This record gives sequence, C-alpha cells and structure tokens, in this order.
Amino acid sequence: MKLTMASSPHNHSHKSLSRLMMTVIAACIPGLIAQVFFFGSAVLIQLVLALITVSACEAAVLLLRKRKVWPTLSDGSAWLTGVLLALSIPPLAPWWIIVIGCMFAIIIVKQLYGGLGFNLFNPAMAAYVLLLVSFPVQMTSWLPVSDLLASPISFSQQLSVIFNGFTSAGFSVDQLRVAIDGTTMATPLDTVKTDVAHHLTVAESMSKPLFNDWFGLGWGWVNLGFLIGGLYLLKAKIINWHIPVSFLASLAVCSGIGYIAAPGTEPGVVFHLFSGATMLGAFFIATDPVSASTTNRGRLIYGALIGLLVYLIRTFGGYPDAMAFSVLLLNMAVPLIDYYTQPRTYGHGVK
Amino acid sequence: MEKLIDQIKQGKVWSIPGGIHPPGQKLQSTTQAIARLPLPDKLVVSLKQHIGANGKLIVEKGQQVLKGQALTKPSGNWSVPVHAPTSGLISDICPMPSAHPSALPELSVIIEPDGKDNWCELNPVPDAKALSHDELVDIIHQSGIAGMGGAGFPTYVKADTRKAIEFLIVNAVECEPYITADDMLMREHADGIIAGIELMQQLLSPQLTIIGIEDNKPDAIAAMKQAAQHNDSIIVQTVPTVYPSGGEKQLIKLLTGKEVPSGSIPADIGMLVQNVGTLFAVNQAVHEGKPLIERVVTVTGNTIHKQGNVWALLGTEIKHLLDCQGFSPVPQQRVVMGGPMMGFTLPTVRIGVVKTTNCILAPDHHELAEPGDEKACIRCSACADACPASLLPQQLQWFAKSKEYDKLNEHNLFDCIECGACAYVCPSEIPLVQYYRVAKAEIKEQQAEQIKAERAKERFEARKERLEREQEERQNRHKRKPAAKSDGEKQKVADALARVKSKSDDKDSKSAVAAAIARAKAKKQGAEIEPDNSEVAKERAARKEQARKYKEQKALEQGEEGVDKDDKKSAVAAAIARAKAKKAAQATEENASAETEAAPKDDKKAAVAAAIARAKAKKAAQAAEHQTEADSAPVDDKKAAVAAAIARAKAKKAAQAAENQTEAEAESAPVDDKKAAVAAAIARAKAKKAAQAAENQTEAEEDSAPVDDKKAAVAAAIARAKAKKAAKEQTQSDDSSQQTNDSSTEADAQPQSDAPESSEDKKKAAVAAAIARAKAKKAAKEQAQSDDSSEQINDSNDEADAKPQSDAPESSEDKKKAAVARAIARAKAKKLQQEGNDKS
Repeated sequence: MKLTMASSPHNHSHKSLSRLMMTVIAACIPGLIAQVFFFGSAVLIQLVLALITVSACEAAVLLLRKRKVWPTLSDGSAWLTGVLLALSIPPLAPWWIIVIGCMFAIIIVKQLYGGLGFNLFNPAMAAYVLLLVSFPVQMTSWLPVSDLLASPISFSQQLSVIFNGFTSAGFSVDQLRVAIDGTTMATPLDTVKTDVAHHLTVAESMSKPLFNDWFGLGWGWVNLGFLIGGLYLLKAKIINWHIPVSFLASLAVCSGIGYIAAPGTEPGVVFHLFSGATMLGAFFIATDPVSASTTNRGRLIYGALIGLLVYLIRTFGGYPDAMAFSVLLLNMAVPLIDYYTQPRTYGHGVK
Repeated sequence: MEKLIDQIKQGKVWSIPGGIHPPGQKLQSTTQAIARLPLPDKLVVSLKQHIGANGKLIVEKGQQVLKGQALTKPSGNWSVPVHAPTSGLISDICPMPSAHPSALPELSVIIEPDGKDNWCELNPVPDAKALSHDELVDIIHQSGIAGMGGAGFPTYVKADTRKAIEFLIVNAVECEPYITADDMLMREHADGIIAGIELMQQLLSPQLTIIGIEDNKPDAIAAMKQAAQHNDSIIVQTVPTVYPSGGEKQLIKLLTGKEVPSGSIPADIGMLVQNVGTLFAVNQAVHEGKPLIERVVTVTGNTIHKQGNVWALLGTEIKHLLDCQGFSPVPQQRVVMGGPMMGFTLPTVRIGVVKTTNCILAPDHHELAEPGDEKACIRCSACADACPASLLPQQLQWFAKSKEYDKLNEHNLFDCIECGACAYVCPSEIPLVQYYRVAKAEIKEQQAEQIKAERAKERFEARKERLEREQEERQNRHKRKPAAKSDGEKQKVADALARVKSKSDDKDSKSAVAAAIARAKAKKQGAEIEPDNSEVAKERAARKEQARKYKEQKALEQGEEGVDKDDKKSAVAAAIARAKAKKAAQATEENASAETEAAPKDDKKAAVAAAIARAKAKKAAQAAEHQTEADSAPVDDKKAAVAAAIARAKAKKAAQAAENQTEAEAESAPVDDKKAAVAAAIARAKAKKAAQAAENQTEAEEDSAPVDDKKAAVAAAIARAKAKKAAKEQTQSDDSSQQTNDSSTEADAQPQSDAPESSEDKKKAAVAAAIARAKAKKAAKEQAQSDDSSEQINDSNDEADAKPQSDAPESSEDKKKAAVARAIARAKAKKLQQEGNDKS
C-alpha cells in the first residue's frame, strides 16, 4: 500500500489568508454604512473603482512576475487595500484620484517591494499620503454631511461629479460644499484647527452647525461604525488588542493632557477619538500585520507612538488629520521596535 | 520552597504562554476497554527503541526464545535491552525499517511466535522496600524500560540521578489530540501506576509527587485520585486542556511555575518528569518481574472501524494493528505514528511497534485536511501568540529561509520544541516546523564541520612545527658548508648585493622592505648576468644532497610528479631558508630583517618548493582542494603547478592567522622564479575559490596560467603585495579567517585579468597598471567611507594589488629599474594602506 508522507503537524486550524482578509473587509461594513448615510453613496462608487483598479494592478504585476494570478489575488489583501483607500478619500474626489492611489499602493508600495508580506509601508496609507501631497485640493474637499448641504445631490449627480467634475446642473465640488448657511464646509478637524488659528475658542468653533455637542456631525457616527467593526475583529481574533488599545489610550491621554493644559484651544478627548480617521486607523490601518510591529510589547509601543504622533500633528502640524503620516513614520521604526522587544524565551533569563 | 509546596498543595496551577486548542478527537477511542489482540504472525523487534546505544545481541538466528527472554544485554552508554514479546523462533536477525521519520533500517530480531506464549522464568520482588537503590535501578535497567511518552530516554538513567529531586512530576497530560493510551491506562491500571510512582519515590525521595492530568480526562483523574488516596506525598493536579501542556518543560512550568533554564535538564532544578506508562512498566518490572514487552497503543482515525486502545506487543507490525481494528484506507492514505501534531507519517505499515509508539493514527482527509500551498507570510504573528516557548516563529522562519544561522541562534532556535503550534495556526499554511528542523540539522552539521576543521588545524599546526624544526636542523647543517666557500665567490655575491643596494638606496633607502626586495633582485641579476655560475651550481648540488630525503618525502605526500629533480632539491634548500626567515620573523617581529636574511639565500626555484610544506599544510586542512591542484597541473610549467599548490596553501594559512608566515611568503615571492610566482598568485586565487566553490573561475585562472614571463612578473608583484596585506590584515582584524579569504579573491581576480594584456604589449600593460592604480585609489576612498572592518580590508587589498602591477612592464624592460620601481610602488601601496587604516 502506498502511503502519503507529510511533515508534522498534520492538523491545521483552517484559518486562511483569504478568510482573514475577507473578515477585515466585512468588518468595514458598519463604518461604510455610516459613511454612505452621512456623506452619500458616492463612497460606493469610489469603492467599486478601487476594487477594479487594485485587481487589475495586482493581476498585471503578477503576470509580469510570472506568478499565478488567482491564488494571490484571491487572498484578498489587494482588495482590502482598495477598500481602505476608498474609505479614506473624499467621496466626491475625481475618479482618477482613487485610480492613481490604488495603482501606487499596489504596484509600487506592495508589489515592487516583493508583494504581500514584504512591503515596508502600509500600502493604503502610503497611497493616501501620495494623493494628499500631490492633490491637496481634491483630497481635502470633503462634503459636509448631507443634512447640511444647501442642495442635496442625487446618486447620478454624484456619479457625474466624480467622472466629469460637475453635476448635470453644472455645480462643481467646491460649489456643492457650500452649506445651508452659505459658508464652505470643511471637516470638523479642519474647522477646529482653522478656527483656533484664527483665535476662536474651541467652544466657539464647535457652536457651528457642523458640530453637535461632542464632535462633528456624521463623523462621530462613522467612527462609531469603525469601532464596532474593530471590536468584531478583536472578538474574532483577527487582530490583537495591543495596537488599537495602546493607540487609543495614547491619543486619549495626549488630548486629555492638552485639554487640561489649554481648554480653550483644545477640543478634548472625545472629539479626538471620534473625529477624522481615528477609529478606522486604530482597528484597520495601524493593525495591518505586514507593516506593523510583530511582538506584543512592540505593538504597544507602536500603537502608543502612533497615538502621540496623531495628536501632535493634529494639534501642531500643518494637516488636520495625521493617521497616514503617523502610521508611515512608525512603519519605518518597526524593525527597531521588533528588535528591542523580543519576548523572553522559555528557559532564558532564569537562574 | 515550603511556600511553593504549599501553593502546589493548595492546587495552584501556573500558566504557559501560547498554546492552541485543536479538536481533541479523544472520545472515539475511549468507549471501550484496552483490547487484547491475537498474536501476530511475526514480530519485528528493533534493537534500538530508545535514546542511547543498542544493547549487545545475545541470541542467534534459529534460536527458540521464551516470552520475556532478553534478546540483548546492555553494554554501557545508555544502552537498554529488548526482550522477546512472546515465545517463538528467531527466524532472522537483520536490518528492518525502523519506527523513525526516516524509516532507516535498524537491526531487528524477527520472531515467529509459536503460539504458546510461554513466559520465561520471572523474578517478581515481593517486598520492593527491601531492595537497595542499586538493585532497584538494575531491575529497571534490565527490564528495558525507556520513556514511553515519546522520547524514549532510558528510565534507569533518570532514576539513578545524583541530583537532589524536589518534585517528581508524573506526566499524565496527554495533550496531543486523538491519543488516549495514557488516559485508558490510568482508568484501568491506576493502582499499578501509583505503585510505580512509589517505587520512583523510593529511588528519588522527592518532597512531593505531582501528577498532572488535563481536565478533559475526568475519569482518569478520579481513578488516580482514588488510587493515590493513601499516599500524602502524591497529589493529582488538574491542568487546563491546552496543547502542548504535556511537553516536559511546559508541564514543569504549569505545575511548579519554574522554568528549566535553556540548555539544562529538569534534574538541574530538582525536577524529574516520568510518563505514566513508564511508571506502570516500572511497577510491572519490579512487582511482577515482567520486562517491557508490550504497551498500550491508541489505534484511531476515521479510516479505522474499531477505534480504541490495544495492548500491543513490541514488534507487532502496524499492519497487524490496523487489520485487527479494521482499516479501510482512502486514496493518499496517511498513517501517522504518534499524534497529529508531532507524530510522523510512516512510509510502510510493515514497521514494528516500539517502546515509544503511543498512537497509530490513520485519518481520512476530512478530519485532517492535507496541507495547502504555502502562501506569503503576512507577519500576523499568530505563530508567536501560539508559541509555548515564547519564540518568534515568524522571524525564525525568515532567518531559516535565508540561512542566517547566527540570527537563528540569536533568536533561540534551539529552544524550539517542535510542537507544531505555530504551523497549526499559520493562516498562510507555512510549514514552519519543517523549516526549523532543516535549519537545526544544517546548523548541527555546520558545527560538526567546524569541530572537524579545528581538529585538522591542530594537527596541521603540530605538523608544521615539526617540519620547521626539521628544516632548521637541516639549515644549520647546510650553513656550515657555505662557510667553506672560496672568498672569490663570496666577494662576487657581495659585490652584486652592494651594487643593487646602493642603487635602490638612492631612490628609497628608508624602506627596509624595498631594500630586501632589491637585494633579492640583485641576487637574481647576479645569477642572470654572470654566465659562469658553476660554483653556485656546485653549492646548490651540495645542498641538494643534504636535502634529498626530505624532499622526496614531501614529493610523495604531494604527488607532484611534475617537478624535476633539480627543482626539488633546490626547493628543499629554499624551504630551509624560508623556515629560517620565518623563525627570525617570529622572534623579532621585524620582517625586514628576516627578509634580508632569507632572500639572498633563496634561489629562484627555492621559493617554489619552499612552499611545498605550506601546500601540504593546506592539504591537511582541506582535502577537497586536491582536485583543484590536479587541475592546475597540466599547465605548461610544472613548477608553476607546484607553486600553485603552495600558494593556495599560503592563502589558507593567511586565513589561519600566522602573521609571520605570511611575511615569509612575502619574502619568498620576490625571489621566486617568475613563472612560479604567476602560478602562485593564480593558485592563491584558486584556494579562495575552492572555499567559495566557484568552479568556472578556476578554469579561467587555469587559462591564464601559461602566460609568459612578463605576466609572471606582474603576478609576482601582486602576490607579494597580497602577502603583505594578508599580514597586515591579520594584525587588524579580529575575525580574520573569513575576511582574509574574501580579500584574497578580490585581490587575485583583478591582477589576473590584467596579466595577459601586459604580455601582449607593454604599453597596454602600462595602461592597465594605471587603471589598477586608479582602482586602488578608489578603493581607498571607499574605505574611508565604510565602517565595516571587513570591507576595509578588502579594499586595502585592492590597492595593494593594483600598485605592484604597474611595475610589471618596466621590470621586463630593465630589471634594475624595475626593482627600484617596485620598491617605490610597494612603499606607495603601504602608505595607501596605512592611510586607509588611519581613516578607518
């Protein structure tokens, strides 16, 4: 009888790469729903564009590298990159923004470094930074939440804006951003920052219709959506708690200290935690296993430093939000962190 | 310590990091009592079923044996006997596939049972308490008991430990899925196990005995608690079901909170772990007099009809077990000996049960899926979270793939217990354990090689010393002879020396090295200018006579048939001279003076043979290079071939950090016959290559061997420079051996490519020289930038080599000029080197 030889272990947990990636994508859904609800269904258009682009880019590079396309493409890592980038950019950004971003993320940041597992940087965030630096106007043209729009726009109009730059009625994105009260709307983080720079207090700034009592309209809900998705990932043991917890704790502590030191110019802990990309970053971006620290102690340091950087850049830097910059900076520190945070091996360091 | 014992007695259980929870799959094999199987048709009893040496065979083919009769007797070195599992006829004694992942054949006794199952005479001990320690250990030894949990460590060795044992830990965890052999044994024979424990207690007198059982075996826990009720010093501790809590080190941590230091054994911290099956066997051996001839084996898996535990005689073929329990194989059937996590697949079912066989698992593809393709590692570190030894499996995997053995050691690869938890959880299905196994094997092999090389080196050093001593003796004898030479002759030589000296002094009088070389040159010139050197020839002949024996011996060893007799003779003389020079260098550390002494004495061919000794040394160090040497032989100049071997040896030596030697080489080089020198350079490069195993390079160099004299000169210069460098390097570098090797390749590679040019056209040669110089400069600059010491050394080599090359064409034009120029060049090279060093 011919017996098959195999090396131990002969059992496997049935966890697979594609399942892992798909679970993360699925966990984005609550945040995605919130975004669609508050900022319109244009997000979905961006999502479709992103998925098409990343699939095409990944397949093209795999063909060039003479690898099998489907086994790698189906691991879902490229799709996850596309989803995260689509969720990060303004929904009404022109179509070429997401296409350029996805191409850069997949071809340059991921595949040119050797493909999945070899990229030093988080592809979605590297692409985001590229876009932000290269196309600052398009990348900061966030619409106010639908309720505040002077002229609510339909799905077809959003489609038209994305592909033509104007609605069928001839409105540009800038014109659409004009709110009911006639002022151009920025994101809550941006608004607070600008107002504080103009010597308004945070309380004055937050009395604008853009805000409810605690945080920017809509943005709080979007963050809550990603928090829910993130908690699911923790429960499903897809991600470890170390990075999100240390990141959020660090951001909370920093903003808390800031608030105590300067209550007039600091928006406070809750605002920081539920504004911008905080929750998306905490659970979906910073936890990217490839580019994050791999030891548990290292993850705590990694998350905490990202939190610190996010706070510092938001408060003192030139950009309203800082998730992408902070993550990329810490990506670079990962080898160092990993080296100095190796766990104590059994039987070492004992008498 | 009291406190720890109290904590343990209160039921405290510590925790281990990591661990996984694979499906237990134990219920299907615990529904029925341990079954007895019909006698098989034949038994294949392997002599080696444990860790340690085989016992000595004491039966013969064709002999009738009784059940329990010893087939081997222990003969030291952890050897443990094996016994006939039933009565019958020894039909054969031959190597048979063994119960090992490799299935490498092991000598086995094949017994045809006679069906009577007659026991031999048994000697049960009615009152074990009356036995002395040694008697008890001897019974355990003679009964052939070895650890039945998996490792097969001889139990008598453990029982006889000299170390004070505080805790006797009984491993009843059985954490591997599917396996229930210990579970069932505890359920049915708890009393026997406790009796075995008490025997161990008698031997080791521990303060406390802790039985660790996973909480998924409630029946076994109850049975053991019941059986141990009468003995206060035995406690049954329930541990949570986590794989691999049954690992020896993990169990110690779980039950006592202590860790066995890396590289130690549990006894070092007062712990001793025994498997329940082993303890039961001890009880059987002592109280019933029965040696270890059978054990409980779990036969399970979805392809088995009657999953359960059986008493299997050692040597029962797996096929018999499967047949008895009903087996319907699926395509690509796997049969695993052991559990699904650490067991190994068998290549054939015609393998006998051994003392460590606790489970035969024949799964179908639903319960244990075949492994999928390995995918990219996403560094999710699920493996690190699962690792019970707190290793970083993911990092280990990268290092193993890139063969970075230092890093592997740094990351404690050898603390990996190969439990397979990392591979179990890996979402990319990377066979991590397999990578570690391979890496471990490679590292072990490397270490063995290293030890071998060190021994060879020692031998070589000793031999070298002896040869040098002999050479010196000869030299002393030979020295007396020249004293009788006529004054006229002496005068001639002296005149020549003086002439050249004055010339070279004009240019560069301060450089002792240059002077030495110039002197050597002068010597050469003298030889060539004066047509009548018959007297010198006579002198040489005298020397030859003296050295003949020595030479012949060497020639034999080297197999250098190509060297003509004259050369050989002169070679010996030269060798003597060099040896002297070496000694001088050793004593004074002043190479210049050594050179002056040695150089004038050498004659051209001298250098060739001088190095024979070195070549030999080389051989000793690396037998494999023989071939390379042989390849070089067919080049035009036989002497060159000889020198090639020599030079290779030189390179090797340089690597072995004999500074003075290298200097000696430097001296000899200028004196060398040109061709020889060329070959020498080539050969050194070859040696390098041999180390790096680039065969194509070797060929290329061989081609360059038959170059003419001019090339030879170039190469000679190179060789000299190299030797110098090597000497310098050694002083500078801590980790000399590898660096030196590397540097010599680089150094050799360039000059050789330049050589042909110079032979074609002198102008071209000059150009090439200029290029080389430029290169050297560049190298110097690079050096300034680099921190890494090895690179510096490499670069400095390039410099040094490049310079001497520039001399080549000139030397062919006018030897005197050449000598001067060479000296200058060398001085320059030195300066550059020093600058480089300063910068670094």
